[in-house]
Amino acid sequence: MSILIDSETRLIVQGITGHEGSFHTQQMLDYGTNLVAGVTPGKGGEWVLDGKVPVFDSVRTAVEVTGANTSIIFVPARFASDAILEAADAGIRLIVCITEGIPVKEMLQVKHILKSQDVILIGPNSPGIITPPHSKVGIIPGDITRPGNVGVISRSGTLTYEVVYALKQAGIGTSTCVGIGGDAIIGTHFIEILSHFEGDSQTDKIVMIGEIGGRDEENAAAYIANQMTKPVIGFIAGQVAPDNQRMGHAGAIIEGGVGTAEKKINALHSAGVQIARYPDEIPSLLIG
Amino acid sequence: MRLHEYQSKEVFTDHHIPIPRGRLAATPEDAKLIAEELHGPVVLKAQVLMGGRGKAGGIRLVRSPDEAEEEAAKILGRQIKGIPVRRLLVEEAINIQQEIYLGLTIDRQKGQTLLIASAEGGVDIEEIARSYPEKIYQVGVNPLLGLCEYQARNLATEIEIPRHLWRQFNAIALNLYRAYLDLDATLAEINPLVITEQEQFVALDGKIGIDDNALFRHHNLVDKRDISGEALEEIEARKFGLAYIKLSGNIGCLVNGAGLAMATMDIIQHKGGKPANFLDIGGGASAEKVAAALRIILSDTQVETVLINIFGGITRCDEVAHGIRQTLQEIDPKIPFVIRLVGTNENEGRQIIENAELETAITLADAAEKAVALSLEPVP
Repeated sequence: MSILIDSETRLIVQGITGHEGSFHTQQMLDYGTNLVAGVTPGKGGEWVLDGKVPVFDSVRTAVEVTGANTSIIFVPARFASDAILEAADAGIRLIVCITEGIPVKEMLQVKHILKSQDVILIGPNSPGIITPPHSKVGIIPGDITRPGNVGVISRSGTLTYEVVYALKQAGIGTSTCVGIGGDAIIGTHFIEILSHFEGDSQTDKIVMIGEIGGRDEENAAAYIANQMTKPVIGFIAGQVAPDNQRMGHAGAIIEGGVGTAEKKINALHSAGVQIARYPDEIPSLLIG
Repeated sequence: MRLHEYQSKEVFTDHHIPIPRGRLAATPEDAKLIAEELHGPVVLKAQVLMGGRGKAGGIRLVRSPDEAEEEAAKILGRQIKGIPVRRLLVEEAINIQQEIYLGLTIDRQKGQTLLIASAEGGVDIEEIARSYPEKIYQVGVNPLLGLCEYQARNLATEIEIPRHLWRQFNAIALNLYRAYLDLDATLAEINPLVITEQEQFVALDGKIGIDDNALFRHHNLVDKRDISGEALEEIEARKFGLAYIKLSGNIGCLVNGAGLAMATMDIIQHKGGKPANFLDIGGGASAEKVAAALRIILSDTQVETVLINIFGGITRCDEVAHGIRQTLQEIDPKIPFVIRLVGTNENEGRQIIENAELETAITLADAAEKAVALSLEPVP
């Protein structure tokens, strides 16, 4: 087992004909993801990637024809909130949004609308999800992970690669790795993914990679203390970050004393989470 | 992106929120002239984007035009937290009956806008939260419906605004929400919102923060961006679409990805060194972008060692290596480099820089240790 994606996943790619979309679609196909279609308005009827993948004009037709249940979004920021709503409206149950730079105002509306629907949004500004060895919905390089029993959750992209790669080098495998996204407003927070891992029979331990900004890690700490039986190892990036400066990610900013690494580390530590001082320490904490 | 007080007040005026009479002055003579026009005591307020300008001497109450000129000359020459004061807002002094806090901000966890009010205005909301947490009231705004009259009224009741002023207060709250929406703001504060002795509401100070992701809709604001508080390297970095923040250490960092860039700074500190900057070259950076990033790092004269940490996914290690080699051929920096290239095309990347006699590393910990050791060696 694994969480969110597996061999039952029937994936469509929104923005499949774009530069990023087509490159990563090929990568996902090579990895073995069950990719059933792509969507680009105005290019319906074409077949892309050596004629292997049909393109539809809308998510609705793609779902009708292929029975897709999951979508990954690569469309540019200005059109991405519309793409999320289109997917939800067409009955997609898991939406993974890779796009970075969606205006906050639009995400507030999207979140409000999705609240009343049976749909999970991962991201935006997410590297996606990978369940080794056969399913990946995102841009995480496939060859840096191996199958195993450690669940990984992160707000970051390349830092996540760093961690799963360090695990692999130490002979530790991943059940599922989920990048929840680096924006201030995201669809799914640490807590929801932690609860998925708690209920997943393949996951024995969890690595949680947080960073400065917001209170998501503090909320997760309370949840871990009260609801989790599985051990959690944590790392928080941005321990030397200054106040009021956006550290690359839209969500990585300490504002009015809220969101410091110190507060997050203390909260997690009190919840019984072992904290790695830097990424290379994570494997030894998992083994120890 | 943050707006100045005077810019925020222009927004308030456009949205029918009353502000004190006044204008912007760039010279002491201007200040005198404006004070003459306003008849009576005026307040001089330094226009800098730093908090705590009052304590730093950036706000002065003066009684006459001559005094306005004299004090303006003092403030205009001054630096507040390292930022030179170039403009003053000269405003009529307001007689104050009560100071209120009124602001809109985003609750990241719930994913909604909050309207926040407190009867304890005039100090930072963080200060109010520390000193009087029980005196902060808030309501969540439905993003499809907007702020409702009854929500504003409920807040007015909570902070004990007299009944006959509810209508005025409601209008200001609703107009502030309209401004917040129109500008794609993530923060819109009136602090203090004062009730005058004549029982009128006036926005005495304001702070607006705009969502950087929505700036494509607000070119007029981008043109007004004040860069006087930013390091030259930061301004240069923005031109190339690089996220760069200058810090005070001596190890320059070039990393792909924001989280990894932060973790790289953290590990440098843990190993006993000091990062000179945060720099994220983003995903899939070209050799040109890498070269620009490296030039920016090297333009910081405090940098004595460079650590390059790339975990290739979309980013290709060979492309990064080309950028490094190109820059090193142009400039001979005469400082040590530690380079770690892992992931997509790492072997090709390593071959490209092989002949350059640069220190390399396989793990992040190893890279950080080497960079720290080099940074602690005395400069030849």
